[in-house]
Formats: sequence, C-alpha cells, structure tokens
Amino acid sequence: MSKSSVAVIDYGMGNLHSVASALEKVGDGVKVIVTDCPDTILSADRVIFPGVGAIRDCMAELKSRGLDEVIQEVAAQKPLLGICLGMQALLETSEENGGVECLDVLPGAVKFFGSDLRDAAGGRLKVPHMGWNNVIQTIEHPLWAGIPDASRFYFVHSYYVDAPEFVAGSCDYGVQVHAALACDNVFAVQFHPEKSGDMGLRLLSNFLNWDRPAAFFPVTD
Amino acid sequence: MALAKRIIPCLDVDKGRVVKGVNFVGIRDAGDPVEVAKRYNEQGADEITFLDITATHEDRETTAHIVEQIATEVFIPLTVGGGIREIKDIRAMLNAGADKVGINSAAIHRPDFVKEAADRFGSQCIVIAIDAKRVADEADGRPRWEIFTHGGRKHTGINAVEWAIKMVNNGAGEVLLTSMDGDGTKAGYDLALTRAISDAVAVPVIASGGVGNLDHLVDGIIEGHADAVLAASIFHFGEFTVPEAKAYMAARGIEVRL
Repeated sequence: MSKSSVAVIDYGMGNLHSVASALEKVGDGVKVIVTDCPDTILSADRVIFPGVGAIRDCMAELKSRGLDEVIQEVAAQKPLLGICLGMQALLETSEENGGVECLDVLPGAVKFFGSDLRDAAGGRLKVPHMGWNNVIQTIEHPLWAGIPDASRFYFVHSYYVDAPEFVAGSCDYGVQVHAALACDNVFAVQFHPEKSGDMGLRLLSNFLNWDRPAAFFPVTD
Repeated sequence: MALAKRIIPCLDVDKGRVVKGVNFVGIRDAGDPVEVAKRYNEQGADEITFLDITATHEDRETTAHIVEQIATEVFIPLTVGGGIREIKDIRAMLNAGADKVGINSAAIHRPDFVKEAADRFGSQCIVIAIDAKRVADEADGRPRWEIFTHGGRKHTGINAVEWAIKMVNNGAGEVLLTSMDGDGTKAGYDLALTRAISDAVAVPVIASGGVGNLDHLVDGIIEGHADAVLAASIFHFGEFTVPEAKAYMAARGIEVRL
C-alpha cells in the first residue's frame, strides 16, 4: 500500500514550517505537501488548514487563490483539520476587522474577547489569550485518542469561537472558548497542536491515522 | 484549571554558542544551542527564547540556521530576538521556524516598524523587547524607568511604561521586559517595574533580568503581575531544572503546566 499524503494549505498566512515539521516527525513516512495548488489539495488524502493573522487578510488570500471553494469541497470529502485562524475561517462569520463572512463549513461565530476580560474571581485576563490552557474534551473522538482529558495545549488568539453545536473541546478563559469542533470528517482546533509538545504531536498523529467516520458513508438497508 | 504562567528559558546566542553575561560582560559558555533547547523541551519548558547577541550579519545567518534545526525537533513556541531591524529580518526568522520575534532598538529608531510588522505578520508574533533602567524619580516621588539600548550603555530618555503602552497600541502582542539593573545580577526582577508595565498593558508581559533563585520566579508572577518568567543562568548551569522551578511555583499556588 502506498503511503498516504497530507496537504498543508499555504495561502501566505504565517509560517507553516512548524506544522510541516511536526507532521513529518509523527507521519511515519506520510507525504507532507505544503501547497496552494487546488488540484494538489484536492488529490491529497488529508488536508490541514492552518493560519495565523487577521481574518480579513485570510479570506482575501483564500479567495484570490480560489481556495475558498477548494476548502469547502475538501470539507465535504475527506479528513480536514483546521488550526487556529484556519478553524475560525471555517465558521460562518467573524467579528474581527469590523465583521467578515467566513467559509460557513461549520455553524458558529468568532467573537472578540473584549477589552475587560475577567476570570471567575474578578481577576483581569490578558488578551491575546497566550499560553498553555486546559482543554476539556466534551465528546469522545478519534483525535483525542491517548490524550488525557484536560491536557494543556498552546493557544495564541484574541478572538474565540462560539459554536451552537459540534463542540469537541472547550477551554475556560473568562468566557467558554470552543477550543475544538468536530463534524463528520472535519476537526478544528483553536490551539496550535504543532506547538503543544507531546500532546499536540499526538493529536496530529491521530489526525494522520483518522479513518473517515463510518457515519460519513450512507448505509443502505 | 486556568491559563498557566509560562517558564521560559532564554538562550543568549553568540556566534553559534549559548553564552551568558553578567550585565553583558564576563561571558560564560553554556553549550550548543540545539542541545540546550532540546534539553529544556524535554524538561517541560513552556517556550524557548533566543537572543542573538552577535554583531555581524554572517553570524546572524548562523542563528537562523540554528533556529531552523531546533524548529524541526522542538515543538513548543520559539521566540527570536536580537538584530531584528527590517521586515525581511522578521520574515527570515519566521521562515526558519520562529513563532515570534522580539523587536528592540529598531522600534526606538522607528516606532512605526512595530506597526508595519504587526500589520504584515499579525500581533501574535510581534514581541516588543524593552530594556529599562531605573532613573531619578518623578517630581511627585513615583519611580521612573527609562529605555536603554546598546546593552544598557545608551540612554534614550524614553519613559519605559509609556513606551510599552505605545508599542502595544502599535500592535505588539507581548512585552519582553528586561531590567538592566537586574540582568545577570541574580538579585531578582525589578518587581515595581514589572508590575507597572504589566498593569498598564492588556497584552502578556514576560519578566526578565536578574533571576538568582526560585523565589524570584514566584515574585515575578505574584508581586510583578507577570504572565511569564524568563531566566537563563539558573537553568544553564544546572542550579535548577525547569521541573524544579515549576514544582516550586505550583506549591505557592501558581498555575503552571506540569
């Protein structure tokens, strides 16, 4: 059997070196392709949609490369992992940059933490939310395999996901941050698995070994 | 459960070696940066910061190469500072695998540099590095700190707290605050300075300069209100390990990643 491939979408938003290195580290020979070519992305077995920066630039870069439709197509077909800004772009809308329409692959909105964020005891919380926070696993999922509940992952973001359904993990930072979403073959995380040490590497490894969920194939009876 | 306070070992890198100066003189060799970074990663460091203290362009390329090697083996955040003067310097370090870059004197020469850098790469990867010293008090008796450059030799007259606010408004996503009075002395952070800046800005502040024991790390968080604590020599020369530092802080009620 030939080794599978994973495409890392490169659309000019941030350094993809770490994502690619981390995949190579855990990939056991999987072919890692960093690319903005629609055909290459569509023909890969799995796709990672990373990103850092601002949502308006992100959406503009995607559209200028025709990748918005490519990602929507991938989301309907094969394992897709959105990371950080890549996760946010999969939702319906973001409050950042005065309001931006996103890819609408998953229901939900991206909201600002606000300028006076407080913890439960009234203590001031800094924005961006930067550093290692606990992620509570709200569902069982193949991507959480081998990762203890409440493990810490590395976050850096000023806007957070608020989704009505498909929440797979959450994190408390003054508000309830939906840190992971899962819907069929799409998984999305606000944190950076490629920067979250062993637990992050485990999640990436799980993604590379994630079979398409059975429910995704219609069963005729 | 909450966001952990970060412990960040700092590698001062000169011509491809980790060094540590006491107030920037009397440099001691502390090893190969790739090996040192791997060791701290294995110990559970939350991030690693590199400060390139080499003077020449050629040696800076050596640093980019080191960052590249580390980034293929160490999967925690890496910050690189020193010699970042232009947009292309930032791009080179990010391409080499850095997650954040520290901008110091280039911002003093041209404050809009931070704004341009944040616009281009996002605030999350722009750290404003501030080297401050305490000077004569304000007329009303409050302490005053000013920015110094060139390893503490050159006085700019800029008020450090006001500068931090201005740079955060320009888009810096984090402040790396070094007390030049404390750096290398092992007498502890300048807690009043750390607190003044941390309380004045919305973004995270990393305390740096002067750590000599584990109480200094605790004080930086509790008294200084820092979000992260940076230290070099206490870790480099084996006085303490990162797990010892974390256990000590956790025992004093500080949230850490164990």
